Amino acid sequence: MFQGYLPMILGGLRVTLSVASVSLAIACVIGLIGASAKVYGGKAARLSAAAYTTTVRALPDLLVMLVVFYGGQILLNSISETYGWGYLDVDPYIAGVSTIGFVFGAYLTETFRGAILSVPAGQIEAGFAYGLSRWQVAFYILLPQMIRHAVPGLTNTWLVMLKATALVSIIGLDDMVHRAGLASAATREPFTFYALIGLIYLAVTTFSVLLFGALEKLSSRGVRSGGAA
Amino acid sequence: MIDWEIVADNLPAFAGGLVNTLILLATVVVSGFAVSVPLALVRSMRSPHFSRAVWLFTYGIRGTPLLVQLFVIYYGIAQFEFVRSSAIWPLFRSPWFCAWLALTINTVAYTTEIFAGAIRTTAPGEIEAARSIGLSRAAVLRYVIWPSAWRRALPQYGNEVVMMMHATALASTVTIVEVMRVARDVYTNYLVLAESFGVAAAIYLCLTIGLTTFFRWLETHFLRHLSRSNAPNAREKPAEHLNPKVA
Repeated sequence: MFQGYLPMILGGLRVTLSVASVSLAIACVIGLIGASAKVYGGKAARLSAAAYTTTVRALPDLLVMLVVFYGGQILLNSISETYGWGYLDVDPYIAGVSTIGFVFGAYLTETFRGAILSVPAGQIEAGFAYGLSRWQVAFYILLPQMIRHAVPGLTNTWLVMLKATALVSIIGLDDMVHRAGLASAATREPFTFYALIGLIYLAVTTFSVLLFGALEKLSSRGVRSGGAA
Repeated sequence: MIDWEIVADNLPAFAGGLVNTLILLATVVVSGFAVSVPLALVRSMRSPHFSRAVWLFTYGIRGTPLLVQLFVIYYGIAQFEFVRSSAIWPLFRSPWFCAWLALTINTVAYTTEIFAGAIRTTAPGEIEAARSIGLSRAAVLRYVIWPSAWRRALPQYGNEVVMMMHATALASTVTIVEVMRVARDVYTNYLVLAESFGVAAAIYLCLTIGLTTFFRWLETHFLRHLSRSNAPNAREKPAEHLNPKVA
């Protein structure tokens, strides 16, 4: 039915999943930095975090992606020119994950900011009262409790991001969409292959929803639910 | 620095792109709204069969990338001989029709869920009261359920319209010369970033600000009866969100 192209498409799925998960990790790091800048930062940090989240969320993903992709290329080459390294090509994989991470870091900044603010201040004070250091308070009190509040937003961002990975095919990354395009051109059956990868995306999002649902339960264990009272 | 000559030379192209972006957005929003209101009613019906059928559609669309949906319609439909030999073939050959169709199907899926959620959260007492004074089913829908659901849905619906505006950028992948396509062409011709994507970013930024301002105005317009801070329904929203001048 797929004329032997199924293994190639599934290989593309591996690229897609790897792009999505590496981007998520980058977005989480950027989101944590952005959220701490917004909550704890000085005026300059707060302003730059606000500028970052508002502009990125006000522009199409594709535009931000192309700006980061081409801009990164220009930046890299101007650096390499000053040091006389010759022409450097930006690896599409690195460009892809860093742009998607950069875009969705803006969304996660807001998610994490909300999560930090929902941890009761008394718990943080109690930590300091027991003589814990700032890092200990962050790792043992703030982070574990943040996760519970961040999981719904994180789930949503992951689902949107998974679908946004389709855009990396435009900047030349050999992901599932790109491979579906190749298979379509070779077999002249574009519907078969685009519908196939649509179904694969659907399977992955469904699996993710179930997985994150379980994570939500896990991170909320021991917490009284509103309905029970 | 920015080469303003390149910007000036390409402004007419950007203006043309902006017109195309706006045409696409307007047609998609109008058709999306017209289809999702009835679908949302079906989705919130008590009978599980119809509701589940609509859910299946919205779930499938919300679980797949818009780019893939666009490619299925634009490149995929042409695979079928019976379409190519039928009267509707000129439609599916047109990138405009395909982009409009893909974006509409996509926004219908999200908007239907937004409206259905708002309809479901109608206070049961309001419906009972309307029925008890003898309003027909259609009148209850028209005068009680829909106005309050529309108000609750507005903030999310505004977000969805802004996201649709951003999604029109994908139409550049099927040869429609909207803002994004113009930016990519200018970049390919001159290899300058600020003059190509910078101008496009400024246009999208203005559109985003314009749309969010418009929807904030709509919210204050439709929620002005709640703007007194002692109104019981105002408690979900901070008072400063509403227009204080009207009260």
